Amino acid sequence: MSYFQPEMEQAPRAVMRDLQSARLAETVRHVYAHVPYYRRLMDERGLTPADIRSVDDLPKLPFLTKDDLREAYPYGLLAVPLAEAVRIQSTSGTTGRRVVAFYTQQDIDLWDECCARAIVAAGGGKEDVVHVCYGYGLFTGGPGLNGGSHKVGSLTLPMSSGNTERQIQFMVDLGATILCCTPSYAAFLAETIIEKGLRDKISLKAGIFGAEAWSEEMRRDIEQKLGLKAYDIYGLTEISGPGVSFECAEQTGMHVNEDHFLVECIDPDTGKVLPEGERGEVVFSSISKKAFPLLRYRTRDICVLSRRPCSCGRTLIKMSKPMGRTDDMLIIRGVNVFPSQIETVLLNNGFPPNYQIIVDRVNFTDNFEVQVEMTPEMFSDTVKGIAAKEDDLLNSLKSMLGISPKVTLAAPRSIARSEGKAVRVIDRRKI
Amino acid sequence: MTIDQISVFMENRPGSLAEVTALLGGAGIDLRALSIADTENFGILRLIVSEPQRALEVLRAAEYVGSVTPVLAVPLADAPGSLAEVLRVLAEADISLEYLYAFITRQAGHAYVVLRVPDNARAAAVLAAGGIATACHEEIFA
Ligand SMILES: [Zn+2]
Repeated sequence: MSYFQPEMEQAPRAVMRDLQSARLAETVRHVYAHVPYYRRLMDERGLTPADIRSVDDLPKLPFLTKDDLREAYPYGLLAVPLAEAVRIQSTSGTTGRRVVAFYTQQDIDLWDECCARAIVAAGGGKEDVVHVCYGYGLFTGGPGLNGGSHKVGSLTLPMSSGNTERQIQFMVDLGATILCCTPSYAAFLAETIIEKGLRDKISLKAGIFGAEAWSEEMRRDIEQKLGLKAYDIYGLTEISGPGVSFECAEQTGMHVNEDHFLVECIDPDTGKVLPEGERGEVVFSSISKKAFPLLRYRTRDICVLSRRPCSCGRTLIKMSKPMGRTDDMLIIRGVNVFPSQIETVLLNNGFPPNYQIIVDRVNFTDNFEVQVEMTPEMFSDTVKGIAAKEDDLLNSLKSMLGISPKVTLAAPRSIARSEGKAVRVIDRRKI
Repeated sequence: MTIDQISVFMENRPGSLAEVTALLGGAGIDLRALSIADTENFGILRLIVSEPQRALEVLRAAEYVGSVTPVLAVPLADAPGSLAEVLRVLAEADISLEYLYAFITRQAGHAYVVLRVPDNARAAAVLAAGGIATACHEEIFA
């Protein structure tokens, strides 16, 4: 068992709390002094930095939302002079204004260390060859894992996304041992590697997959196809990027790097902080960053937090894999539907985890269609044979979701697979 | 005696049949019979071809899903009631049919009916006992 920064990853709770309280107080003083936006928010509530002395005072502060960040675009929340900021990253927002996050060199170093903890937790070390095919550029995935791999001292392959042929060639020729990418791209790579008969030529032992929702079934599928252990990683640009939390070998949730990021779980409707173990929206405060520290930022991710002791020896709080996003959640015919539920059903029924949900509204009623790809295992020469499989799938979807979609079987590999984030939902309703 | 039929999953979209036949033609595979089972959502294309295994490989390489199924091909005399006679013999033995389709060959006056039954060996034996032969692959592509 090894750790990148054992003094933090295994810190006794009391030590961690004291550190968090000191860093929180310092961050509040910093933003109050340098960001008019924060000063106004606090002044409006009659708060001064002296009111925030420990983590217990955190709920006194107001929440920040993505809309607040868009409002502050581009420089409204920058907390250091331009002379100290060295980098931006940005979200892949498709609508409205983007969110831009700033970093000082120290911010980048801390972020890289968070990613290094994730790589070491996945069994990585100096001898490893880390293949990074998250996108580079504005997206945080590539730069984050790239930096983490450097900190660990692994050989880093900065592949970025796309060009699957070349990805596989480098993976084989250079003997990559750790793969970092989105889970949907890992699944795509796995299929392609098997099709090309190269399964015996790869040396992967671990995968660090994040930036999109995936299920336990998809994890097992990728692990089995690529012969590796798949570790989840979580992060968001607003807070730093990947490495806000990361999985250990126990695979039962992601340890939050809480020396840098305070985590709370709230009721998304009332904003009330929920007790440990209850499902709610996770909220982060970055307490070590200088250029772009956010306090009580609402992620819209629905998770459960747990302080149960972990077999890996880390004392860092764990968050579950997000069970959905408050903004990914579809409301179809009045029922809450998460795409991850559909993925679970597909894998349980022997379909590939490649699907598309199409929602439309016709005559004031929601049309709900799930398209899945035909596989050799599902095929039969009789209509009855295929219809039986279709019925099984429909019944499983109905019992999981509580409503009944139309199931459409599509030709193999006909559902578009992006090399970054997979497009799972097409919502044509105009409400 | 059975012959190998290939079955291919078809999305309900225009042009897919043309694409399949072009692929097989391009590979020099001879097409003797073709039948489509259609549903609201998808189709199953069934083919009798000169080289079933190679045809399937060609289609799989083009990302089609399909399989080879052994079926019975019964030569029909060019006389009224010959198909009815085949069906009567099967029905009397309580043999159900999943599907059937007919085709003719270049040999003048020769038609065949393809029968998909749950148990080929039993159906062939029942037909033989009723004086009805089943064709082999070579006969059809003679
Ligand atoms: Zn652990």
